[in-house]
Amino acid sequence: MSSGNIALLEQTLARAKAENRAALVGYLPAGFPTVDGGIAACTALLESGCDVVEVGLPHSDPVMDGPVIQTADTIALQGGVRIADVIRTVREAHAATGKPVLIMTYWNPVDRYGAERFAEELAAAGGAGCILPDLPVEESDGWRKAAERAGLATVFVVAPSSRDARLARITEAGSGFVYAASLMGVTGTRESVGAEARELVSRVRAGADLPVCVGLGVSTPAQAAEVATFADGVIVGSAFVKRLLAAEDLQSGLADVRELATALAESVRR
Amino acid sequence: MPSDYFIPDPEGHSPNVAGYFGAFGGKFIPEALVAAVDEVAAEYEKAKADPAFAAELDELLVDYTGRPSALTEVKRFAEHAGGARVFLKREDLNHTGSHKINNVLGQALLTKRMGKPRVIAETGAGQHGVATATACALFGLECTIYMGEIDTERQALNVARMRMLGAEVVPVTSGSRTLKDAINEAFRDWVANVDRTHYLFGTVAGPHPFPQIVRDFHRVIGVEARRQILQRTGRLPDAVAACVGGGSNAIGLFHAFLPDTDVRIVGFEAAGHGVDSGEHAATLTAGEPGILHGSRSYVLQDDEGQITEPYSISAGLDYPGIGPEHAYLKDSGRGEYRPVTDEAAMRALRLLSETEGIIPAIESAHALAGALDLGRELGPESLVLVNLSGRGDKDMDTAARYFGLYDGEDQK
Repeated sequence: MSSGNIALLEQTLARAKAENRAALVGYLPAGFPTVDGGIAACTALLESGCDVVEVGLPHSDPVMDGPVIQTADTIALQGGVRIADVIRTVREAHAATGKPVLIMTYWNPVDRYGAERFAEELAAAGGAGCILPDLPVEESDGWRKAAERAGLATVFVVAPSSRDARLARITEAGSGFVYAASLMGVTGTRESVGAEARELVSRVRAGADLPVCVGLGVSTPAQAAEVATFADGVIVGSAFVKRLLAAEDLQSGLADVRELATALAESVRR
Repeated sequence: MPSDYFIPDPEGHSPNVAGYFGAFGGKFIPEALVAAVDEVAAEYEKAKADPAFAAELDELLVDYTGRPSALTEVKRFAEHAGGARVFLKREDLNHTGSHKINNVLGQALLTKRMGKPRVIAETGAGQHGVATATACALFGLECTIYMGEIDTERQALNVARMRMLGAEVVPVTSGSRTLKDAINEAFRDWVANVDRTHYLFGTVAGPHPFPQIVRDFHRVIGVEARRQILQRTGRLPDAVAACVGGGSNAIGLFHAFLPDTDVRIVGFEAAGHGVDSGEHAATLTAGEPGILHGSRSYVLQDDEGQITEPYSISAGLDYPGIGPEHAYLKDSGRGEYRPVTDEAAMRALRLLSETEGIIPAIESAHALAGALDLGRELGPESLVLVNLSGRGDKDMDTAARYFGLYDGEDQK
């Protein structure tokens, strides 16, 4: 039985707090633009200032994602990405940097693969946890048992529409950190971060000790700096994906995401 | 006064508290939608207990929709069905041309009760979209319809109808550009606009409570048909038949017959170019349990849980999922589900048109093709009841191309 890196995730978030800054959490889908290119990009994020990376397991029907991540998922799936490739992405990005790496995906691929097998393989690869935004807490018992046995965090997403009683139930069941959606909507870059995010973070904090990281729509250093004033972590995804999509080749794409990660890492210092 | 038309699920056929019919159903939705879905469930429970709700819906179903819909015996068509008697439940004669209006009027009233000014919906063949646009015009609601780009092309008439009714139609260009992707896009809209928007789900799939709500609003089909056939023939049919995509017209017909254990319940799903060809939408024949669009049911998927692209000539059946109650009926053995190819469906469409003067929707033609086989199996004097879920006007371009009916073409 292998043990995943939930403790590494917890220590990483605690260290950021001790350094009086928010943690920077990056997101990129595996297999995008290729499996090896995705590994290089995830590693680049961790080397350039991200404290944590979420590796997306691409899905045919990403209902929580906007057009940017949908496009990347489609490219990855057309390239033939498999779950073994996603696990390898976690393994190599973690091995190269020693930093915590999670998987973010939809429930059907994990359910179909087998929750226990998935958790085992993710833990064996050095993974720290999993985020499953369409698996509500009521349906999560089987997954959480498997994750706990494998030493993995189960990160739940909460939304501005979540009522306090549900927030309490979700944070009670979750581990690692709480993913607070900054607004009501799908992933993608936005002009501004809503006031809803600050209020949601304070409502979560009122009932739980878990760190709270804010994502959805955060793309610029200025937005990250704003979120860092009230949250334990800042999650950026679509802005990285956009840079890779726009780049002429992988090398310039990697340079672009490194540049953004560096600027964001600077901005989350309070 | 008890309602004639709104007769929600009797005891023993409700999903459990978590929304499951046996192993199927549930509520696999992002946290952002939990509050809205719970609100729909709570409002529906209140509406069910409110006689004024049933009274208002009854009045609409009679004066606006034109219920009860006719039951038509099709003798010349039945000559091709091995001597069986065949009856059609004429949901095609409802206002807007299909069964979809039954559910739409019910949910539009719920929308008003919740105080939401905007409605969104997905549509495949456009029948649900047209019905939704119709109800929104009637009630003064804003309306946005998501429709796969391929479907906007093959059902262009319905796109024009929706726009005529004042709805915004958004062609969806992601994925397979059909019904599945329209539902994905509607969910994305709902998450972003849930405060003022009701997602008027069009089939008996999706997260709990939609499979139950949509089913309850369509139960009227079977309740009427059962009464009519008893009156007409003095007995129950040997089999009831309907096409299944998501499964709303089928569950509507089947439900009143579930306790009649001598009545066979048979759903016909789209086999496209044949189940073995890989180009089909035969979810219960070739799918496996999985999660799509908020519930656990049978799903067309690969070995790693990626949803595979379905195919059918019929836009309304071109869907890789199926309502969870159908999955339950299949596994429990109460329901049978069989595949029908494009070719068989198109032959049945032409046969009904030429023998009875009724042009069915291509969706419904799958059930007609299945009924011909059922009649031959059941033999002379048997009685088969088929749900004619929609009329075929919308499909004339597809059918004209298929059979070469335009001037200058060779008729097939």
